[in-house]
Amino acid sequence: MSLLEVKNLSVEFSTPDGTVRAVNNVSFNLEEGKTLAIVGESGSGKSQTVFAMMGLLATNGTATGSVKFEGAEVLGLKGDALNAIRAQKIAMVFQDPMTSLNPYMRISDQMAEVLIHHNGISKYEAIKQSVRMLDAVKIPEAKNRIRMYPHEFSGGMRQRVMIAMSLLCQPKLLIADEPTTALDVTVQAQIMRLLADIQKELGTAIILITHDLGVVAGNSDDTLVMYGGQVMEVGTTEAVYATPTHPYTQGLMSAVPRVDVVLDVLVTIPGNPPNMMNMPAGCPFTPRCRFAIDKCVETMPELVKTGGDSSHLRACNVAVEDLV
Amino acid sequence: MLVLNKVKIQEMADNIAEMDAVKGRSLWTDARRRFMQNKAATASVFVLTLIVLFSFIGPYFAVWTNEQIDWAVLGRVAELGQPSFANGHFFGTDSLGRDLYSRVIQGTRISLSVGFVGATVAVIIGTLYGAIAGYVGGRVDQFMMRIVDILMAIPGMFVLILMLVVFGRSILMLFIAIGLLAWLDMSRIVRGQTLSIKNKEFVEAARATGVKNSKIITRHIVPNLLGVVVVYASLLVPGMILIESSISFLGLGVQEPSTSWGALISDGAKTIRYDTEWQLLFPLAFFVTSLFCFYFIGDGLRDALDPKDR
Amino acid sequence: MSNETIMQVDNLKVYFRVKNPEAMPWTRPDVLKAVDGVSFKLKAGETLGIVGESGCGKSTLARGIIRLIEAEEGQVLWLGQDLLKLSNNEMRSRRQEIQMIFQDPLASLDPRMNIGEIIAEPIKTHHPKTPKAEVKQMVEDVMVRVGLLPNLVNRYPHEFSGGQCQRIGIARALILKPKLIVCDEPVSALDVSIQAQVVNLLKELQDEMGLALIFIAHDLSIVKHISTRIMVLYLGNMMELADSADLYDRPRHPYTQALISAVPIPDPLIEKNKELILIEGDLPSAINPPSGCVFRTRCPKAQDICASDKPVFEDTGKGHMVACHFHD
Repeated sequence: MSLLEVKNLSVEFSTPDGTVRAVNNVSFNLEEGKTLAIVGESGSGKSQTVFAMMGLLATNGTATGSVKFEGAEVLGLKGDALNAIRAQKIAMVFQDPMTSLNPYMRISDQMAEVLIHHNGISKYEAIKQSVRMLDAVKIPEAKNRIRMYPHEFSGGMRQRVMIAMSLLCQPKLLIADEPTTALDVTVQAQIMRLLADIQKELGTAIILITHDLGVVAGNSDDTLVMYGGQVMEVGTTEAVYATPTHPYTQGLMSAVPRVDVVLDVLVTIPGNPPNMMNMPAGCPFTPRCRFAIDKCVETMPELVKTGGDSSHLRACNVAVEDLV
Repeated sequence: MLVLNKVKIQEMADNIAEMDAVKGRSLWTDARRRFMQNKAATASVFVLTLIVLFSFIGPYFAVWTNEQIDWAVLGRVAELGQPSFANGHFFGTDSLGRDLYSRVIQGTRISLSVGFVGATVAVIIGTLYGAIAGYVGGRVDQFMMRIVDILMAIPGMFVLILMLVVFGRSILMLFIAIGLLAWLDMSRIVRGQTLSIKNKEFVEAARATGVKNSKIITRHIVPNLLGVVVVYASLLVPGMILIESSISFLGLGVQEPSTSWGALISDGAKTIRYDTEWQLLFPLAFFVTSLFCFYFIGDGLRDALDPKDR
Repeated sequence: MSNETIMQVDNLKVYFRVKNPEAMPWTRPDVLKAVDGVSFKLKAGETLGIVGESGCGKSTLARGIIRLIEAEEGQVLWLGQDLLKLSNNEMRSRRQEIQMIFQDPLASLDPRMNIGEIIAEPIKTHHPKTPKAEVKQMVEDVMVRVGLLPNLVNRYPHEFSGGQCQRIGIARALILKPKLIVCDEPVSALDVSIQAQVVNLLKELQDEMGLALIFIAHDLSIVKHISTRIMVLYLGNMMELADSADLYDRPRHPYTQALISAVPIPDPLIEKNKELILIEGDLPSAINPPSGCVFRTRCPKAQDICASDKPVFEDTGKGHMVACHFHD
């Protein structure tokens, strides 16, 4: 049994202009202690996928399908049952730590609150544990710094505080939604290193949501590529990078400039990201795909094996051999 | 297959190209659509339009003018001055035997124009003053806003009453006095908004292009302020009407034989114990309905122009 | 491509006065040295990349050069004329030759104006007497050039995607045929697949019109791709300035080395086995910068001399400039 099994997860939003399907039949598994990267551009539905799992969808959103955590269904949980899972089993780190930290409370109080609520320990004990956790995420002088307010920390330090807070109850799964997008590269390197260390130490599974193919390459076991709410390709990170089998993945890989290679002209994917209000019936990538055939306009292909290793799947109407 | 598809995409592209310059949906168009979806607000616009129309068309159906005293009724207002179609007093008469129908129409005109003129003065002065203070910033801003602070520190109602007493009671004086007080809040709100718009990148873009400061204010800052200004102005109109009414209620407002909602309500309230409740109810109905309408419209405008803050 | 220098910046300093909210009203405000003595030359048709982390002063430098923020001292020679000494009116007319593209594509377009009005604004500002038909033609031409359908002129910014908005911004910058475009993180708010489109467009336009570009970014891989030369800034000071290829192949300043090593490479085989040069700690405050070399507090090579003497920004051969006592 996997730690997390997501089956046919779909998310819909009802808006004044009609229903918007943000996530469409997404399925994946995550094993204990592993890292899955979900890669996609804006509007790909990567964030909504995990929001649905955590019961964090906006009020006009509905999720269908199944999300099993340690064999138990979590989709559709409400109130206390959901809260218990959220902090103790699955924790989340956001792109902007300021949105999830209360600017008017000391870090010590915010961290202790979590522990007192979920573990029922005394405040003294809770703060002691919090300091230990801040030490673990390498915040210097944690003992003094814990009395500070969120705005007194730099962006990188704030993200460390956020990570420390999410780890307080030792969750089995950590969801990191663009954890380093707002940070500088050198700080990004520090944070990603920290996440890797934590994983090694605590055996936490991680879902890493990002648009940065470089971050994915260095920090994940499996990679899932999304576009327009659909899974385009999924497999081990090594396989997806070495032999991308979907036109979108291929385009993405070649559109990214690299520091270690000199290119004259970047290969581009023509066109614009899909408009969520106006999704094509078939494969959402069709209008931008240079291999598109008639079938692509009407039918969304199934996610099937590529023929490479057994965990490498792709959703494309065109055979791998024809993608040249 | 592949070729076929290319053709299809090409066709789609041609279709797009053939379309003439597409009319865009401006933020105003969007706002209008959202406003129309708000039932309370659209109904209020309808009711308010009826009231305004009534104040223009109503006089043609009036039998009496607002100054004429119906001597037949005078002295026995409670019995003979009741609303009736027979003697032409549709809304009855006031305690002096004057036709309430005509007087309500006249009061409606005065009250609404005090509201609109006052709000317009406040909007024009307040917007320009606030936008300039906010955009120029620094010492100029400090100086201009301190003036506003000082003016605000003086109790407005007191100044109003004083002005009316010293310079005499006239409608013009009332317009000036109310307009002079009302722009203060407006200028503060506008200044705050300007400060945030000024730091937006499109203003920086305009400066980088070499657009003059005066043009930046009129072309970029003010149009982007309008949303806030419109919402605030729609709440300012009933505010003005209320101020005028309270002054008239105190007996300092418009001068007889002219009247306003406030004056009429005041008169009606004084005579209520003589069983002439219509003298209070008719003007009060107009007053309350209009205020409700203005507040609903204000709410509707805010939701339409600021969809994020709902 | 001619080789004349069109812009020469000498010892440019941009300071901000910051009032400590807890200080007494009569105390002197603190001085924040956002840009502290930057010098460079820019040739016609070349691209100068400016990289550094947030807070290094790269955006302030760009705005200081074109006087969106007034500089403290130094000079900016544009075609031999010091921009910092011009009157406001003279400066305004010079702005035709220098345009700017902004980071947030949507925010840099006035939401109340349609695309046609936005793109035509520079013409209306500098050549108000141009006939309407001619303006319309110019707008359509430039829209086609940047890859927008001209029938979209009446649309409003919020009806476009981020990439399209950035094309509109580029069209506005191009319409007066400037000699220099200052690009402030023009692609960092865009999706990966759109970034490549915009960068390619800028490169094409540059080759076609002989534009010079000052390209500011925190993404080192994009800068490498578009720049001829690259300047590395740290806390308002220049650390290194060299030809693009030279800088990436043989970075000589420890900060540049750390910066380049921190950029993740989209290849798991390389990335997972990479030796990272991690720099610890946070950016020091620009109000109270470290003495001597500003990078010494986080530098792995720092020694006593770094605290006492500020390293000279010197040529280490072939125009590769470095400011470090112990450069490689």
